[in-house]
Amino acid sequence: MSVTVLYFASLRDAAGVDREQLPLPASLDSLYLELAARHGFSLPAAKLRVAVDGAFARWDSPLREGCEIAFIPPVSGG
Amino acid sequence: MSRFAISEVPFDIAPLREQLLGHDAGAYASFEGWVRNHSEGRAVQGLFYESYRALAESEGQAIIHEALQRFAITRAACVHRTGELALGDLAVWVGVAAGHRGPAFEACRWIIDEVKSRVPLWKHERYANGETTWLHPDP
Repeated sequence: MSVTVLYFASLRDAAGVDREQLPLPASLDSLYLELAARHGFSLPAAKLRVAVDGAFARWDSPLREGCEIAFIPPVSGG
Repeated sequence: MSRFAISEVPFDIAPLREQLLGHDAGAYASFEGWVRNHSEGRAVQGLFYESYRALAESEGQAIIHEALQRFAITRAACVHRTGELALGDLAVWVGVAAGHRGPAFEACRWIIDEVKSRVPLWKHERYANGETTWLHPDP
């Protein structure tokens, strides 16, 4: 029972890895809170978007085993 | 052809512009974003763009598709660089063809604004004093 979490930009620097396998979490909110505490993420969840399996998702989206989760910090292209 | 793409290497604008040409278009507008030597008062030496490539390309494609619905244009395209860029390098290009100049200019402006606010791309700036930072602007 696991999911893959992808990290980008400052979240990747803080985590020290670009991805990790984690047990299936109860929710995206609880997962981000746990990861923010563990890795010292300074961005609050309210400033992030989240994607599941390569598509933007709602924070209350259901999760399933094997899914790929990405927390999207504020973007700065252009 | 209308499309959005991420390029990990420098790209030529001429063939991209060529793909927008058509006898139905009387106007073409484009935007180029270049790497600037200053950012919010700090001297910039260069930068690195990272993307979540799969999502960046699908979101970018959605923007192009929406532009074709919203504006009276014939074709539109956008390419954004990732990787290491030096001062003056081309970071992003937008091109729009339309029957008339008004919608071409408007759609070009709309596309670059949407790309900046929605596409998962991140800029990592290197400053003259040796510091670096990821830019995570408030929306």
